[in-house]
Amino acid sequence: MIEAIDATGLVKRFGQVPALDGLDLHVATGEVHGFLGPNGAGKTTTIRILLGLMRHNGGTVSLLGGNPWTEATTLHRRLAYVPGDVTLWPALTGGEVIDLLGRLRGGLNARRKAELLERFQLDPRKKGRTYSKGNRQKVALIAALSSDVELLILDEPTSGLDPLMEEVFREVIAEEKRRGDRTVLLSSHILAEVEALCDRLTIIREGRTVETGTLADLRHLTRTTIQAELAGPPDGLATLTGVHDFQLDQHRVRFDVDTDALEPALQKLVQVGVHSLVSQPPSLEELFLRQYQQADR
Amino acid sequence: MTGTGKLIRLILRRDRVVLPLWAVLLGLIPAAYVASFEELFPTEAERVTYAQVSESNAGFVTLYGPLHGSSLGELVAWRAGFLPVLVALCALLTVIRHTRADEEAGRTELIGAAAIGRHAPLAAAFITTCAASLLLGGVLTAAMLGQGMPAEGSMAFGAEMASTGCAFAGVGAITAQLTSSARSARSIAIVALGVAFVLRVGGDVSALGNGALSWLSWLSPIGWVQHLFPYGVNNWWPAGLTLLFTVVAAIAAAVLLARRDFGAGLLPARLGPASASFGSPFALAWRLHRGLLLGWTIGFTLLGLIFGGVGGSVVDLASDNEGLGDIFARLGGSTALVDSYFAGTAGIVGLIAACYAVQATLRLRDEEQAGHAEAVLTTAVSRYTWAGTNLFFALLGPAVVLTAEGLATGLAYPQGDLGAILAGTLVQLPAVWVLAALAVLAFGLIPRLSGVAWAAPALCLLILLVGQTLQLDQWFLDLSPFTHVPHLPGGDASATPLITLTVIAAALTATGLAALHRRNIPD
Ligand SMILES: Nc1ncnc2c1ncn2[C@@H]1O[C@H](COP(=O)(O)OP(=O)(O)OP(=O)(O)O)[C@@H](O)[C@H]1O
Ligand SMILES: [Mg+2]
Repeated sequence: MIEAIDATGLVKRFGQVPALDGLDLHVATGEVHGFLGPNGAGKTTTIRILLGLMRHNGGTVSLLGGNPWTEATTLHRRLAYVPGDVTLWPALTGGEVIDLLGRLRGGLNARRKAELLERFQLDPRKKGRTYSKGNRQKVALIAALSSDVELLILDEPTSGLDPLMEEVFREVIAEEKRRGDRTVLLSSHILAEVEALCDRLTIIREGRTVETGTLADLRHLTRTTIQAELAGPPDGLATLTGVHDFQLDQHRVRFDVDTDALEPALQKLVQVGVHSLVSQPPSLEELFLRQYQQADR
Repeated sequence: MTGTGKLIRLILRRDRVVLPLWAVLLGLIPAAYVASFEELFPTEAERVTYAQVSESNAGFVTLYGPLHGSSLGELVAWRAGFLPVLVALCALLTVIRHTRADEEAGRTELIGAAAIGRHAPLAAAFITTCAASLLLGGVLTAAMLGQGMPAEGSMAFGAEMASTGCAFAGVGAITAQLTSSARSARSIAIVALGVAFVLRVGGDVSALGNGALSWLSWLSPIGWVQHLFPYGVNNWWPAGLTLLFTVVAAIAAAVLLARRDFGAGLLPARLGPASASFGSPFALAWRLHRGLLLGWTIGFTLLGLIFGGVGGSVVDLASDNEGLGDIFARLGGSTALVDSYFAGTAGIVGLIAACYAVQATLRLRDEEQAGHAEAVLTTAVSRYTWAGTNLFFALLGPAVVLTAEGLATGLAYPQGDLGAILAGTLVQLPAVWVLAALAVLAFGLIPRLSGVAWAAPALCLLILLVGQTLQLDQWFLDLSPFTHVPHLPGGDASATPLITLTVIAAALTATGLAALHRRNIPD
């Protein structure tokens, strides 16, 4: 099966400054794919290349089996895009913008539009200049979600939405996922959203892919925090590969351990004798923080 | 008002090129007239004849205002009578650019969170613009003194322009409070300027006849400042009146600002339709351009009515005055006085239409910067279709407004040949297209510097205003496409320059579009 998005070794320079520096992104058809990275990592730039708005300087990229730059207009019939910072024509109403973008894309599902207006509680009669940030975001979301397209490209779609609306967004995407006929690329800074929605995810930093896989795969890369009260001194544990941030206070130990090194570390503890043990599972936040900060690794 | 000083420094930094440019350039124009008037009318007697003819000519009074005297200084100050409108335009645009435009773009909000008072951005923009107006007045006075003109007259002349700038800085400050969009604020302010101009014209032209409506001039700041009569009576009190108006306008703007919410206007927002009745790139372009087209069409129709209405008095003038044709011939017109008058107005109208064309073309850049281009281009609309539908209006809109102007002129001057007058207006179109095409080129090749497209109409205006009078080199005059347009009615109706200009425009447009097709959006 063709991948919906297939980018390998993508390079994009603005003048001399590289924004993308060999980025890989592979999104399988039908999946919801999280796209994460710190500010300025190159998410929006990647998306603009996928949309044929910018031309890449190196690497290969294909979108829905086509060339996003040369076949932009035909490919765009099959996708919908929600930018991170939605601006509307000041004199057009939200409803007009939804219809317009839908028709320019080649068609709009009127029933779906009405349903989404209801669920997102948006008044479509207001003029573009009078909407709040969150409401502008909703206009773009409804325009995208009520089009019958194969691929949704969403760049931080929930920035500015209140928690209630964010919940609605999650429900809607979850429904799309169950229907299974749409691929979603979701760039986001909200980890809970990614955790709730995404099948797989790609983390980028400074224009390069640093991690990609399912959440379970990525959890594997994380560390478990262990606190234990021991019967004696834990000889050799501090120097064991995979053990980090080791602290010893008389017979109490506290350390982080890589998933791979969990077994040997526990064996060492058992050899000494364990009075009590607390283990903290790896958190997603910790994973991201670590990936985001890898520069000082 | 805390932080006003900081903001003034910020404005001076952002406008370090544009602000001195208009203040100095506009200030220097009148000094250039001194030498040319000395050359055209070397003797006292010739000046008196010219003044007598001009002061009763409704056409001249329309363009330059009333004239009361024949000294060299009075003639120069009178001939510079179009300057107050330009100064007013620069002043109001500057104020709106640093108030409402910044607020709409969200820049004010960034600054507003810092330790800066609510009124500081308005105060900074207003003070800076008034200072620039004073600089303009100072430059003008100094340049006139440098030409050996009398001191009091030169000061009054400088005060005329400086007080105009201040008054319309006030107008800009008020309109910036009314609507939430900078574009509407600009439109309202320019309409206000247009009304001030029309009131001035109505009053002054009426004063030539029975004077029943001459009080109209006194409703307009443009009318006030033109009653200073530098080098003549040196009437100072209208300048005082204008400054009083400035103070009142500034206070009014400050009060309006205090009463409205941040980001909002005072005019209420209305609800619109919940669904669109349109859905094509062309329909979208029409929605974006129709307001502009309507506004310019109305403006051009009024302009045509004024120019046509004045045509009659040009005829009277020719039949009343022996030897006048001679003077007109020396001013660069053809022997047929009326023809030369209409050919002259057609040139002015063409240049104004070019401003519309450039403005409409640069809407593409506005759309790109606002992020709207991104929304359209990620649908099944190609870059060519997007640019093409917008350019359709940018290139044909001027044809519509020029036709409206030609027809209105012909209607208001029924004894003339409508076809010939209309032709004189429409032959401007290829030159208009060249300037629009330069804007397309800039937009495609150097999008971040698209604004330089305005340099072309500015240069053409300069050539139109001082080129003939200063007898500049022909190659310099030839830079303006309007130099090559046939002077109709009356001149040679050659098609070659029209075809050449159209081909140049097409080539520039194609180059610009090709560059657009290859570049990043947004850039
Ligand atoms: N048009 C441009 N010209 C020059 N540099 C640019 C341009 N667009 C983006 N960049 C640079 O490219 C890099 C990547 O930016 P990008 O907007 O893709 O980041 P991002 O991952 O979307 O960040 P965020 O999370 O803040 O949205 C940044 O360093 C940015 O400054
Ligand atoms: Mg981004």
